[in-house]
Amino acid sequence: MDFTYTETQDMIRDTLSRFLADTYDFETRQKFINSDSGRDPAIWTALAQELGMLGAAFAEEHGGLGGGALENAIVMEELGKVIGIEPYLPTIVIAGGALKAVGGAQADAFIPEIISGNVIVAFAYAEPQGRYDLANLRTTAKKDGAGYVLNGHKGVVYAAPWATHLLVTARTGGGQRDKDGVSLFLIDANLPGIVRRDYPTVDGSRASEIYFENVAIPADALLGGEGAGLPLVEQIVDEAIVATCAEATGVMQKLHEGTLEYTQQRKQFGVPIAKFQVLQHRMVDMFMEVEQARSMTIMGTLKLGLPANERMAAVSAAKNKVARGANFVGQNAIQTHGGIGITQELAIGHYFKRATMIEGQFGSADYHLDRYERITLAD
Amino acid sequence: MDMEFSPEDLAFQKEVRDFIAENYPPELRDKQDEGEEMSKEDFLAWHKVLYKKGWVAPAWPVEYGGTGWTPTQRFIFSEETARADCVRLMPFGLAMVGPVIYTFGTPEQKAYFLPRILSGEDWWCQGYSEPGSGSDLASLRTTAVPDGDDYIVNGQKTWTTMAQHADWGFFLVRTDKDAKQQEGISFLLIDMKSPGITVRPIITLGGEHEVNEVWLEDVRVPQSQRVYEENKGWTCAKFLLAHERTGIAGVAASKRGVERVKQIARTEVDGDTPLLANPFFKRKIAELEIDLTALEFTELRSLAGPNAGKGPGPESSLLKIKGSEIQQRLTELTLEAVGHYGAPYFRGFGEGDNEHPIGPDYAHRAAPTYFNMRKTTIYGGSNEIQRNIIAKMVLGL
Repeated sequence: MDFTYTETQDMIRDTLSRFLADTYDFETRQKFINSDSGRDPAIWTALAQELGMLGAAFAEEHGGLGGGALENAIVMEELGKVIGIEPYLPTIVIAGGALKAVGGAQADAFIPEIISGNVIVAFAYAEPQGRYDLANLRTTAKKDGAGYVLNGHKGVVYAAPWATHLLVTARTGGGQRDKDGVSLFLIDANLPGIVRRDYPTVDGSRASEIYFENVAIPADALLGGEGAGLPLVEQIVDEAIVATCAEATGVMQKLHEGTLEYTQQRKQFGVPIAKFQVLQHRMVDMFMEVEQARSMTIMGTLKLGLPANERMAAVSAAKNKVARGANFVGQNAIQTHGGIGITQELAIGHYFKRATMIEGQFGSADYHLDRYERITLAD
Repeated sequence: MDMEFSPEDLAFQKEVRDFIAENYPPELRDKQDEGEEMSKEDFLAWHKVLYKKGWVAPAWPVEYGGTGWTPTQRFIFSEETARADCVRLMPFGLAMVGPVIYTFGTPEQKAYFLPRILSGEDWWCQGYSEPGSGSDLASLRTTAVPDGDDYIVNGQKTWTTMAQHADWGFFLVRTDKDAKQQEGISFLLIDMKSPGITVRPIITLGGEHEVNEVWLEDVRVPQSQRVYEENKGWTCAKFLLAHERTGIAGVAASKRGVERVKQIARTEVDGDTPLLANPFFKRKIAELEIDLTALEFTELRSLAGPNAGKGPGPESSLLKIKGSEIQQRLTELTLEAVGHYGAPYFRGFGEGDNEHPIGPDYAHRAAPTYFNMRKTTIYGGSNEIQRNIIAKMVLGL
């Protein structure tokens, strides 16, 4: 048993952390998230080309550093610490994860493009009626000659306004909630018939409603088997969930540190408010949540390779615990800051907003508690 | 002891219900249904309807324009306005400075200010908190130095709600630097159009402009606008804080909020059934309803119990703590209920902008409201301070 990081993993963390300290301070971030495009594309290019960071989780044969889920977790935690809006999750963790799983010519062709920073992928999976059920799909892909024709509406697709490609779940068969009949497609984001409505999100990113109107897609856009895509989708979403837990750990750590710092500066009744025991205990409770989030992220990451049921139980346990922790740490960071915590001026409120959205991302605490119970407590 | 309404109470309930149905401004209803933010004129529209009817200040003594209602009637009135989802009346004049003026003010102050508060002619704001004085309010540093018949006021206030609309503000200022903290404070009424006042917006997490910084630079204020004795303003402040805490329980509004969340959860689909059928979600609603019932009966006991009519005491801290926690849980449940559609940020309808928000109508304010309502456990004396009050005043610790 060994819970230490390798030298390479330490190096990835240090390199990225130094880079983000230079390029991603809060004021700079606020400037580009409020710009027209909502991002600074130079950062993505630098992550790829100067730091080689987009290859950390890919095999050496594709030009990567030979890492995997642990490397993804390291990158996501560092991004969490700066409330980064870089599309690492959909592009590297999710699309990259799907390509690694299917392998073959599609992986050989596309992974090098990801590593070089030439492409951004958005994950179009959620639908207005579906909540967190990955199989609840009205979007259809009908066989048409050699390819497919895509129709449907995907909601709240993070990073879609920036995307060169979309990873789309759609039905090639079965009823709206059937486990069979789900397929996964990687398509060009600018195909005729794709209509987007772009908007900012409350946590500083950008997203879109995407409408597919008779979009013709080629046969080789299909990843994995036709109609048998749900297990693959579940696997990549589980990988995305632990990566999001890692991001949450970074966000929560900063919320906690920011609160410690503020309470030692802020004086009321003639003393720093950190001297009040009621606040000390609260900050201890926050600290314990951060530590447990880190533990559950590692647990979930290490169990990603287990058989599906065990993997899902572990990932749901991680997400449930981290969602509850993010809620507690976020709310108490704001409460302990008082009024200043509710303004747009301080970074703390922006960390709170991201922590809040992470709570519900890929399933709320209750959704994952339910999934955990169904797997582990079934008679 | 009983909890039944008398026939007179039931008749009164019907009278209130009918009045609202016939007189609530329809254009307000439309705006509320669309989830639009309310303007000053919107708040005043309902205020003026109630003023004309003589119902705008039920808690005030009759001689100053109150209704003379029993506590039960006042309870019914607030229940009915919440049930009908009427916009809330701004508390700064009616619930805060008004009671201070009729309790501590001079006959001239009462004659001038109270009718203008009732009619809605003056919009008030509260100059209490300062950047360095929040929970420790008595450490405030804004000064008022006598100059002939006036004071010259200098300092900075913050978290001043709706100061951008205000005609008048009530301010706590230091008139004696050498006295013990709470003893050197005075309570001043200041015309917000006075030279030397600058109001700067503070934008909060949901993107709202509700609160402001107020800078006072050599502002000349007649001493006749001081309420109560010089250096005794803390007496007014304590009185007012207790008044602010009673309203803050917000039982009727939270009841309405529970109905709203249930309605959303009936509309949202979770698999093949409405979200309200989800056992996890249903349980949270049920727990919230039970906690709200506990709050309601705690408030009723203070309204109609043995201490009724003696004015709010330290038990109002309990109402503030539990009431604010429930308000926050409601916004949390709403955000949870709307699922993915909590994420889109809708910037509000701009001039000539008819673009519809993303997702269902009830979704687009869910996250901003959740963020914004974190304020309820901070303002009006933070919940930590309220617990200190209970520890000291109720438990004698």
